[in-house]
Amino acid sequence: MTASFALCLTLLIPSVGAVLIALTGRNPNLRETVTLVTAGVLFIVVLMLLKMTSDGAPAAVILWYMVPGLPLALSIEPLGMLFGLVASGLWIVNSVYSIGYMRGNNEGHQTRFYICFAVAIASAMGIAFAANMFTLFIFYEVLTLSTYPLVTHKGNDDARRGGRIYMGILIGTSIGLQLVAIVWTYVASGTLDFTAGGILSGKVDGPMVPLLLALYMFGIGKAALMPFHRWLPAAMVAPTPVSALLHAVAVVKAGVFTVMKVAVYIFGIDFLAQTGGADWLIWVAAFTVLAASLVAMTKDNLKARLAYSTVSQLSYVVLGAALATSMGVIGGSMQIVMHAFGKITLFFCAGAIYVATHKTEISQMTGLGRVMPFTFGAFFIGALSIIGLPPMGGAWSKWYLMLGAAETHHVIIIIVLMVSSLLNVAYLLPLVARGFFLPAEDSEPIAQSVGAAANPQAPRQRPKIQEAPLLCVLPPCFTAFGCLVLFFYADYIYRLLEPLVTQ
Amino acid sequence: MIFQFAQLPVLEVVLPLIAAPLCVLLRRGNWAWLLAMAVCWASFIIAIILLTSVDEGQIISYALGGWAPPLGIEYRIDAVNGLVLLIISGIGALVLPYARTSVAEEIPEQHRSLFYTCFLLCFSGLLGVTITGDAFNLFVFLEISSLSTYIMVAMGAARDRRALSASYTYLIMGTVGATFFVIGVGLIYAVTGSLNMVDIAQRLETVGDLRTVRVAYGFLVVGIGLKLAMFPMHLWLPNAYTYAPSVVTAFLASTATKVAVYALLRFMFTVFGLSFSLTIETLTFLFLPLALIAMFAGSTVAIFQVNMKRMLAYSSVAQIGYMLLGVSFANVTGLTATLIHLFNHALMKGALFMALGCVMLRLGDVSIKSMRGLGKRMPWTMAAFVAGGLSLIGVPLTVGFISKWYLIEAALERGWWPVAILVVASSLLAVIYVWRVVEVAYFREPEGGPRRCEAPLSMLVPLWTLVAANLYFGIDAEFTASVAQLAASELLAGVMP
Repeated sequence: MTASFALCLTLLIPSVGAVLIALTGRNPNLRETVTLVTAGVLFIVVLMLLKMTSDGAPAAVILWYMVPGLPLALSIEPLGMLFGLVASGLWIVNSVYSIGYMRGNNEGHQTRFYICFAVAIASAMGIAFAANMFTLFIFYEVLTLSTYPLVTHKGNDDARRGGRIYMGILIGTSIGLQLVAIVWTYVASGTLDFTAGGILSGKVDGPMVPLLLALYMFGIGKAALMPFHRWLPAAMVAPTPVSALLHAVAVVKAGVFTVMKVAVYIFGIDFLAQTGGADWLIWVAAFTVLAASLVAMTKDNLKARLAYSTVSQLSYVVLGAALATSMGVIGGSMQIVMHAFGKITLFFCAGAIYVATHKTEISQMTGLGRVMPFTFGAFFIGALSIIGLPPMGGAWSKWYLMLGAAETHHVIIIIVLMVSSLLNVAYLLPLVARGFFLPAEDSEPIAQSVGAAANPQAPRQRPKIQEAPLLCVLPPCFTAFGCLVLFFYADYIYRLLEPLVTQ
Repeated sequence: MIFQFAQLPVLEVVLPLIAAPLCVLLRRGNWAWLLAMAVCWASFIIAIILLTSVDEGQIISYALGGWAPPLGIEYRIDAVNGLVLLIISGIGALVLPYARTSVAEEIPEQHRSLFYTCFLLCFSGLLGVTITGDAFNLFVFLEISSLSTYIMVAMGAARDRRALSASYTYLIMGTVGATFFVIGVGLIYAVTGSLNMVDIAQRLETVGDLRTVRVAYGFLVVGIGLKLAMFPMHLWLPNAYTYAPSVVTAFLASTATKVAVYALLRFMFTVFGLSFSLTIETLTFLFLPLALIAMFAGSTVAIFQVNMKRMLAYSSVAQIGYMLLGVSFANVTGLTATLIHLFNHALMKGALFMALGCVMLRLGDVSIKSMRGLGKRMPWTMAAFVAGGLSLIGVPLTVGFISKWYLIEAALERGWWPVAILVVASSLLAVIYVWRVVEVAYFREPEGGPRRCEAPLSMLVPLWTLVAANLYFGIDAEFTASVAQLAASELLAGVMP
């Protein structure tokens, strides 16, 4: 198998998977098998791609020309490889989790759910391996459309409202701003290929650089840069597996991945550093980091809090791009991976709590840690990684971002990063403390759910462990373990990313 | 064999023209339908052959009756009208298989064969306008198509009496337009002594900048402007589209205005040319603002419509704005955008109006209220509607995206970046009026219970063929883009002797 063929397969496998899921919809077990097999095969293919490209095999393929001069083309570069690995790898874990969650909650329209999921993954692969901005934009839009039915899955008024904000902001920014930026780039430089060192140097100058960059940055609504972040909390009406994989990994990471791609391959970090075109972006990103964290603290709904936390964490990546130094780019790119593992763990836990107890508000979760120790343990580890404490993977991305800020003498940014970590502590850890250390305020619901009331002779007895179904508990434990592993293998990611900054 | 191929240009128009009276003689609706369909498909195949023989810049010139141009009538085909011929005949060939069930429902038995007669007359009229190289002949065909259109719109009266007044308004406005047009042609004839467009173009260069020529130009632009529903001369369009039978709306919305846009392009670029003193002024100071107003006014009004056909009609006013906008850039990319959008808009509006025709067949009503829960009751129809709507918005992988791309590119090439921003802003208005329907269809409970009432296959197949075309030409636009680009450069190059 050549690398080019494998590249096409990354798009083909989930697409074929979607068709097969549609055909096997009447038999749920078979349907879920198809999902799992598709996810597994996709991950293997992406791993093979990694192996082949690290052996030096060229991987680039032009699918066809959509209009004269603008091909739909795929190719491999380190950043895309990383994003592809994360998205396809976590899809397997998430599929296992989806089965547990969707069945545990008796959700309807499950076939539609799995089909849309597969299509979303196919478009995420298209984004990861796009060889030019045109291809990337097309898959970006397909991703928005394919996730709309997932966001509005419940089909009630809340879902409709959430879906409206979701579509409105994502389509509005991408067509209203990003498309203009892309066509502008095309008219100015005559190409849209992702090229090492950028394509705009010498083609755009003066105040046009920050203006074009602004069209891109705000146009990439999926990166949730304030003030275009409202869609992400709105998307939380979706079932939790959707929030976990799409709104912690695939969709939002597609956004910040696009931000990175634009900074590195369209503008070029040297060009950005010389012109100072990204200076304003540092402040917008820093503002988003802090403001979203502050909003997160006010949210009692767990998923809403996690959503605002995601908004904040995404801007770390934007910040890395805006610093326009090699360390900033490395830190930002690493954040794509580290945050993915951390946040998916947190969402998995939130979903597991919901499946087991149907609780969504943090204030209701008092004492729940003793009932669900594995879930809360995983949540704790994920939270540590988000905060950026060793020995969790999240420590590294923050480390490199700090290095980048120090390199460019942005002392304030270093302070922002530290304050943000403190804020993370303040809004993530209380849940863990509340779960483990506080006694259940009103022991009645827990007692009912665990059947302790039937045991009158032991009034101070430890509550019995009553976790969510196994398929909902194993995935967060797995990804929490991943956070830990990533701390020790960050070197590998660093070496994968190194070609980005040493052209 | 070679002899037959040489006659193709005239067969394209004459076949439906002869078949039209035969339909009256057949009397039975079904037989007339069969004949009409055979003829439309024949025209479609001829159009394909004609386009493939001009898609490398060749020109087919056919002297009608052997009378050599410029004295005789000339049929002259290049990439520009080759493309338009393909649109008209393609839509005709797809609408007819769809028409049988829909017409049987909406038009009383005794009128059916007459309906197909009018349809064929309109069809041949539109093809004639497009294919001819003779200014007066163009007027004749324009009237053939318009008169038959008035009748077809009026046939909606069986369902809703308001079709009669809609048809009457259209008749008055259309006739005013036609009269302006023929006055313009008359003045030109007075100056140049010729009716052949190529000949006129060459003679105009020698007569210089006369006031008569300027007046003629004004009459022509306004006359065609009325026909193509250029804002603010669009008032006939919403009612005509709303109350006409579904088949008629689907056919007219995708062809009639396109043909008028073609006629406008022909006169402005081939006959008068960019060197004519008024052309650039018209484009910049008349078409550009009018196009922008049409884009916003049309889309905004569409958002508030209760009747879905009327909503799409106002959307058409906006879409015609896009076409005029492309023209107003007066560069190759802009004209390419216009011609691509001519083709693409036919595909999307055809699909959307066909989907509404299916709804009309099953529910007898196309108000937003009747769309409630239709995602469950008519899943295939609604899926087609959504696909067409996405195309209207300009989402990637649909044809609408290709049109938007070229329009924005043309605007930025001219350095008119505010215009580029206005283009995307107006497509966001399309998001609103399309999504309004999507939400009603998929999030509301159906009114008449969840009983499924999908349209018959004979309507779904043509509908989905158009939807597939919407997607195909959005994914692989090399054909449309290269033909449109060639046509645009032919138009800008003026007359090649």
